[in-house]
Amino acid sequence: MNRKNRITGALFVGTTAFSAFLIIAVIIILLVVIIIGGKDTFSWKFLTSFPEDGMMKGGIFPAIYGTVLLVLIMSVAAVPFGTITAIYLTEYAKETSILAKTIRFAVRTLATVPSIIFGLFGLGFFIKFVGGGMDNMFLGGQLKWGQPNILWASLTMSLLTLPVVIVSVEEAIRTVPREMREASLALGATKWETIKRIVIPGSRSGIMTGTILAVSRGAGEVAPILFTGAAYYLATLPTSLSDQFMNLGYHIYIMATQSANVDQTLPIQFATTLVLLMLTFMLNLTAVIIRSRLRRKAK
Amino acid sequence: MDNSINNTGFVFTKESLRKKFRWSEFLSERIITGVAFLSITIIILIFFFVFRETLPIFKQKKEIVKVESVQKQEQYGGDENAQPTNASGQEQYGVITKDTMMTENQVVGEDTVIHGADEATVKSLLGKDWLPVSDRPRYGLIPLLVGTVKITLLAILFAAPIAILAALFSAAFAPPWMREIIKPAIELLAGFPSVVIGFFALMVMASFFQNIFGYDTRLNAFVGGVAMALAAIPIIYTITEDALTAVPRSYTEASLALGASRWQTALFVTLPAATPGIFAAVLLGVGRVFGETMIALMATGNAAMISVNPFESVRTLAATIGAEMAEVVFGDTHYSVLFLIGSLLFIFTFGLNALAEFYVKGKLVKRFQGK
Repeated sequence: MNRKNRITGALFVGTTAFSAFLIIAVIIILLVVIIIGGKDTFSWKFLTSFPEDGMMKGGIFPAIYGTVLLVLIMSVAAVPFGTITAIYLTEYAKETSILAKTIRFAVRTLATVPSIIFGLFGLGFFIKFVGGGMDNMFLGGQLKWGQPNILWASLTMSLLTLPVVIVSVEEAIRTVPREMREASLALGATKWETIKRIVIPGSRSGIMTGTILAVSRGAGEVAPILFTGAAYYLATLPTSLSDQFMNLGYHIYIMATQSANVDQTLPIQFATTLVLLMLTFMLNLTAVIIRSRLRRKAK
Repeated sequence: MDNSINNTGFVFTKESLRKKFRWSEFLSERIITGVAFLSITIIILIFFFVFRETLPIFKQKKEIVKVESVQKQEQYGGDENAQPTNASGQEQYGVITKDTMMTENQVVGEDTVIHGADEATVKSLLGKDWLPVSDRPRYGLIPLLVGTVKITLLAILFAAPIAILAALFSAAFAPPWMREIIKPAIELLAGFPSVVIGFFALMVMASFFQNIFGYDTRLNAFVGGVAMALAAIPIIYTITEDALTAVPRSYTEASLALGASRWQTALFVTLPAATPGIFAAVLLGVGRVFGETMIALMATGNAAMISVNPFESVRTLAATIGAEMAEVVFGDTHYSVLFLIGSLLFIFTFGLNALAEFYVKGKLVKRFQGK
């Protein structure tokens, strides 16, 4: 009985260990396959040159540029609003108040809404309602803002990444010791002064983690920008907010599924995937490291 | 309140102790509270605007549309599905831009037809054919629904056991240094863009599984399901791990003190105690897979058919939106139907999230409080 028990136990522990290692193995395989597939094409020139010959050759510079621009505009919108929401939830709201609970529920819902829904919302709200409204009001119906562009894509993306920022910043604010706040208040500082001088500086690393995670998420998502601004191919870089843009993830999707000759461009696809993966991987790794330090500090 | 005198000679009165009104305080609090409302506002706006675009399907819409250059002629001879109100019985489709239609219409003043989304469209929603761009468009959602459910089941069947067992390993058995590796590694997997997973599935996994199983269609529900499992595993793992570590120590200590071994404690005490949390984890995994677009677009073959065979192509609801929205005519019935699909997805994931939030968490709290 005892022996049988021990064997069952070993088998059970073995199964759980196998599951964990299986996941790790798949991650490693995925990384290795993409690296091997993309490393020959990957070069400095690939990163800095334009596509040539109808995207059969050349680099992906416009896609990188568009992605960077997208996440920059997105961060400008998402980070301040996310941080302020987190400050409200931790500093002003009572934990049990209905309002705080509702906001928390809304944030979690935002985090679970499928990304394609944000794309639909961007189309229905930003492009048709706001953009179309702006065109009718200021341009007399001339089509300028009422069509997909980088501004609407970035704003759509910022809605998607808002919960990421909120959750990270909230977690960081909670690590600011209560005594620091109380000391500040006891010295006569007001609540807002305490937040400005103590809470925000104390949670700077959390705000950074949140921004990094949001940027990495925004750089990788494709579904929200499918019809809010991403373009298949553009000969010029976007120069104004009303221009369309190229995007790394969208580039991969289009090249892998809809280009004329998928096999011939396979090395380019792998290399583009490698670039995107490296970008998000590096960002996430940084965030994970900062965050684990933060958690250790909290303990 | 008694007047008390401290050694500086300052007298605290009711008046002097009252909080001073400061504009900066007042404004900052108001602004912060206002911004915090944003998340709620966004949810409401999403509800409103996604639903708004679906409305034309449900009401008999008589809309004047401007038809530009002739692209395609369509004959409605004896077709019960569509009844154009103009006498000629011919309808021309073209690029319709809703915002400009009225002004241009007045200028051009020709080629106008009354475009009515009729009740037949609503009926065809329950049909078995998804043929939105045929001569006689049919918008049957059943094959899309079947495809989505099939791929969700497959993905969860792969993801849930692996993720839960892995979480059990890192929560109960793994030595601390190993946990320090496994947890961040799986968190990194969560950060992989879905388009990368989709690309991997499309280029590598599809051929790999085809060599093993020898099926005909290279891209099918099975490949898509495995790829989506990769997207769902980090979610299920993380939440399950949290739920397992949240089980009170007294539970496991009591079990160990009664002579149970570590694996018995993990399997018969920790795991059952955390079931509501694990249930929530699986629900959120389902939500993720159900609405996943890019992997579905790239790895499932995108053929709308009704079958239970996992080795046949499927087309999911989300992928349909992703694939067709870019080409659709604004304000068209097809456009509204795609928004209807979006509403369905939204309602479904919203419901799942609400269920995970209220039902499961309430249960978990009650259980740990011993009620």
